[in-house]
Amino acid sequence: MSAQESTLVLSPPAALGGSFARLGAIFLHALRRGGALAAFFLLWELAPRLGWVDAAFLPPFSQVLATAWKLLSNGQLTQHFAASLGRSAAGFALAIVAAIPLGLAIGRYRLFAQAVNPLLEMFRNTAALALLPVFILFLGIGETSKVAIVFYGCFWPILLNTITAVATVDPLLVKSARTMGLSPVRLFRKVILPASVPTIFVGVRLAGAMSVLILIAAEMVGAKSGLGYLIIYSQYNFQVPEMFLGIVCITVVGLFINFLLVALERRLTAWNTHRSET
Amino acid sequence: MTVKLSLQNVRKTFRSRHADEAFVALDDVTLDVEDGEFMVVVGPSGCGKTTLLDLLAGLTRPTGGQILLDGKPVAGPSLDRGVVFQQYALFPWLTAQGNVEFGLEAKGAPSAERRETARRFLGLVGLAGFESHHPHELSGGMKQRVAIARSLAYDPEVLLMDEPFAALDAQTRETLQCELLRIWRVSGKTIVFITHGIDEAVFLGQRVAVMSSRPGRVERVIDIPPEFKAGEDIRAHPEFGRLRHEIWRLLHEDGERAREDERDARRLAVAA
Ligand SMILES: Nc1ncnc2c1ncn2[C@@H]1O[C@H](COP(=O)(O)OP(=O)(O)OP(=O)(O)O)[C@@H](O)[C@H]1O
Ligand SMILES: [Mg+2]
Repeated sequence: MSAQESTLVLSPPAALGGSFARLGAIFLHALRRGGALAAFFLLWELAPRLGWVDAAFLPPFSQVLATAWKLLSNGQLTQHFAASLGRSAAGFALAIVAAIPLGLAIGRYRLFAQAVNPLLEMFRNTAALALLPVFILFLGIGETSKVAIVFYGCFWPILLNTITAVATVDPLLVKSARTMGLSPVRLFRKVILPASVPTIFVGVRLAGAMSVLILIAAEMVGAKSGLGYLIIYSQYNFQVPEMFLGIVCITVVGLFINFLLVALERRLTAWNTHRSET
Repeated sequence: MTVKLSLQNVRKTFRSRHADEAFVALDDVTLDVEDGEFMVVVGPSGCGKTTLLDLLAGLTRPTGGQILLDGKPVAGPSLDRGVVFQQYALFPWLTAQGNVEFGLEAKGAPSAERRETARRFLGLVGLAGFESHHPHELSGGMKQRVAIARSLAYDPEVLLMDEPFAALDAQTRETLQCELLRIWRVSGKTIVFITHGIDEAVFLGQRVAVMSSRPGRVERVIDIPPEFKAGEDIRAHPEFGRLRHEIWRLLHEDGERAREDERDARRLAVAA
């Protein structure tokens, strides 16, 4: 989903201006933006009720909501939610903190970047999930292995994008700054760093999506809590509404992370947009 | 008159990836630019104009000969020379104001003074009211005005301009040419202005250095008499046409020669 789309979905309705025409416009807008979603959930509700699909395999959406209420009341859902969000946030944050400075350092020294590039390519192309057994072997099935695998999966896209960002800063901007007598350190801080932000953010967004994906898979393999665990455990016990609830919750987590990153990106790289049409 | 910039037998070669011998971009370039002078360098594409400007800016070092600024060899880039590039080279994450302040900050000016000076120079180039616009919100001509303001604001002694108006439409170009002349008259700066436009060269320059290519050399330096420049539409003046033709002939002869060289080279290659 592109930045523009998701922000449109999430933008609050315009300030309450008053006129009915305005309300009508907002209603039409909501219909246009939310119509497909509403139709989807309606279909989900009706298909099992009308017997188009087996309700045992696909319970109506309202039943999933009722299950959500049940698990919310007994605190289970919150617990799974918190476990998943905590793990992916920890791994993601650690990856950002580690990969951006390292990427900046590597990108700055071209020879070093060339030397380590084949190694980085190899690591990046080793799917994080393939390494999951190795992580479990070394770190057990506790929190550490799950945070570590998320960290691993998020690390590479951020690192590689940061290296690319630094290496592909417009040479004309560097040349222009050099004519003003900037020292290498100032040049880096004042030109290379800000110019790199948009490309670094591409990596951060990729990593954000990655963090959810990897975590859920890891929780499905070995965990005692978390949304991935909820899904797989419910499936074993044929608690189908619970299983679908887990899936819906993961979508919510994914949307939430994306929303945060888009908002942050817009703040940091407002200058990178093209002429806004108003 | 004192000499501000002096190029003495400057030679610049680049190591070539294709051939064994180095590629000679500039050969034996000797040229003096006087203090406060408007010197235009005109030459065909690829003759080494940008190479020459990079050397003057101190971004690269000559392979041979020397470049003196106020009698001292140029050691590297410094705020005593300001550069304006064809592609504007504005920092897209900074506003017009921020871009102009950038050079002032490099100079170490205190922030209140920076703000004040930047506003003044944006006003000078006709951009009052656009201080908080980002480059992507400005037209090409406005971007180049910001770039000019940025270079003027930190008060360099020499302004080096590499085809600054080449990417603009004819109307905007003419406006900026007139404004540049006005700024030059009031500021008294030494300007080295690179172009491949013959009209632009005659219109702007006090002297025009005509370059030839392969290797890049200064073929001839032509004086543009100041008298006829006082008129209304100097482009219509017969003297303008004569100078224009003279430069055109120099460039044309060079082009003919280059094409003949190429033909000879191809003939040799076929024979071999
Ligand atoms: N860094 C470099 N390495 C190798 N060759 C170079 C380098 N920079 C320039 N050249 C060569 O030197 C010659 C002169 O280049 P330069 O950019 O100075 O030309 P120019 O006169 O500015 O051309 P234009 O009018 O198209 O801008 C060209 O043949 C170019 O290929
Ligand atoms: Mg050039």
